[in-house]
Amino acid sequence: MRQYLALAILVLFTACKKDETPLDNSTAPLSIEFDNIAGDKNLQLNTGVYTNAANEPFSVSVFQYFISNVKLTTTDGKDYVVPQDSSYFMINETDVASHSVKLHVPQADYSSLSFIVGVDSLRNTMDISRRTGVLDPASYSDHGMYWGWNSGYIFVKLEGTSSSAPVDASGQRYFRYHIGGFGGYSTPTINNIRSVTIDLTRAGIASVRRDRETNVHLMVDVLKMFGGSSSISIASNPTVMFGPFSVNIADNIPGMFRHDHTED
Amino acid sequence: MINRKLTMGVLLVLLFYACSKQVEQQYAVFRQPGNFPAPAYNLAGNEITGKGFELGRKLFYDPLLSADNTISCGTCHVQSAAFTHHGHDISHGINDRLGSRNAQPIMNLAWEKTFMWDGGVADLDLQPIVPITSHVEMNETLGNVLNKLRSSAVYPALYKDAFGSTAITTATTMKALSQFMVMCISSNSRYDSIMRGEGPLFTQEENEGYGIFQQKCGSCHKEPLFTDLSFRNNGLRPGPLNDEGRFAITLNAADTYKFKVPSLRNLAYTAPYMHDGRLRTLNAVLHHYGQEVQETLNLDPLLRQTDKPGIALTEAEKLKLLAFLRTLNDKKFITDKKLSEQ
Ligand code: HEC
Ligand code: HEC
Repeated sequence: MRQYLALAILVLFTACKKDETPLDNSTAPLSIEFDNIAGDKNLQLNTGVYTNAANEPFSVSVFQYFISNVKLTTTDGKDYVVPQDSSYFMINETDVASHSVKLHVPQADYSSLSFIVGVDSLRNTMDISRRTGVLDPASYSDHGMYWGWNSGYIFVKLEGTSSSAPVDASGQRYFRYHIGGFGGYSTPTINNIRSVTIDLTRAGIASVRRDRETNVHLMVDVLKMFGGSSSISIASNPTVMFGPFSVNIADNIPGMFRHDHTED
Repeated sequence: MINRKLTMGVLLVLLFYACSKQVEQQYAVFRQPGNFPAPAYNLAGNEITGKGFELGRKLFYDPLLSADNTISCGTCHVQSAAFTHHGHDISHGINDRLGSRNAQPIMNLAWEKTFMWDGGVADLDLQPIVPITSHVEMNETLGNVLNKLRSSAVYPALYKDAFGSTAITTATTMKALSQFMVMCISSNSRYDSIMRGEGPLFTQEENEGYGIFQQKCGSCHKEPLFTDLSFRNNGLRPGPLNDEGRFAITLNAADTYKFKVPSLRNLAYTAPYMHDGRLRTLNAVLHHYGQEVQETLNLDPLLRQTDKPGIALTEAEKLKLLAFLRTLNDKKFITDKKLSEQ
């Protein structure tokens, strides 16, 4: 009787295990590089001058965004989901180390990568004790990525100067785009969470192996934030925060991400 | 004989131990008042203890939480004013820059589901981030507040007593503040003792006022919290700032000019009234409902039941209503030493 039970448990156990880890569970390093650019120029904070689709010149002083819920898919169609608790990253142009998201993933050939730009609604409503690392509202200095008055994270923040922007209270021609909104706690409201899926087959699949660090190099183009499914003019919308218009900018966000190459 | 002595001794020690435990725990226990519903706050996620409550109270009264160390939560939430900013229509903080709203009472928050006049904060544990980082309130960053607490001579030990570790985090700081705020319970007004069958009954005037209240006010200011926790427009003319209330949070046009229905407990201590503190007396409030309700966007249907919007009230009815409202004042709450700055 005992033996049968042990056997049953063993069978059950292996059965469960199989479901959870479809992939070779020996992991290897994979990094995803978020290389911020402005069209055919490198993004240079404050000094670089760029022109958007509405033909307005502008400079960028703040560019920050959340990447979360990273998922990889192998060439034979198996998914690897980065564990929830370690799947939140903040890319901040002023912090070079933050441009590279370091992961340890099962060894495999990956042909597709997907993630959320922003923070999923579940984390937006979680107990404060679960909000650690980049989700800790105390982790931001000047450029907070959290709205206290309307509990929720700011997903993407782009600020800068432009001669097309009207003069603000401090005498500067400044534009501020703070894009957030996860859909609301109990009453529904705008949802600016956008997911991005990147096909790695055209510019090189990621063959992750233990003896090397594979790097997937993405380009993130701020110009595309102004143009894509809708064209954004700084002159007509110098400040976009929590409001209906922000959805137009959110819709442009997925178009900002492009796979450039992979280094194995 | 010896055996007896021993037993007595053991008993005494036990008794003493039990007592000291009780002293330590005297305000560490969340007790649901007999006439109240179950609380909304997730007590399981933040067990209230004597040490946690004391830490929260210390933080609440500590100006270290503001940029220039001059303003504490207690500056705007004054106990003698039922934790509102007595005499201020809209609260000012650092450098006297004006906020745009009247400070709400810290009272029976364990039963609230959303916070602020527009309900923009959905969890009490997240609320303190707003005043701390607001430019018109405390103008500080959360990271900096934590650093000041970490380098203080007293706080690390207090966090250890409260949460078992000297580590000072966002979560423990917010949870300590919540422990204090959750324990700010007002449930000892005359109304409460009558409802619980403990004290002398309403006078005839109060009783008639209670009847008028139930008929004309009670569906929004629902007993026993005296709020149904919903968002409604009670017909105030939009002010100079055109505060749109709940709309700013939901972006739903049907929420324009709606504000959280406030409790009517402790009105004797909380003047001025309404989200922007525009009405200085209860007479002015009753005059508003009787005469001045405006047909603004989304005026509540309950205030639209007669030809003229508002609530018809005779002078005699007003006096009775006021008599009833006075039974909601809770002197014990505003003088309770355990809630005061120590
Ligand atoms: C400068 C004055 C000021 C200071 C300082 C201040 N508050 Fe407030 N408090 C207010 C005002 C004004 C409101 C209403 C805000 C709104 O509706 O936008 C409010 C609302 C609240 C509420 C919501 C209550 C409800 O019924 O929804 C809580 C909780 C609160 N404050 C706690 C705190 C805590 C904790 C601190 C210290 C960290 C603090 N306050 C510091 C003025 C202040
Ligand atoms: C349709 C729902 C509704 C009804 C009916 C109603 N109220 Fe109100 N009451 C509100 C709302 C909403 C507010 C807050 C409005 C604001 O500040 O914008 C409020 C505010 C108040 C305040 C101010 C409280 C404070 O802390 O600032 C008092 C006092 C008050 N009501 C008393 C009454 C009385 C007395 C009656 C009955 C004669 C009554 N109300 C009927 C919805 C209602």
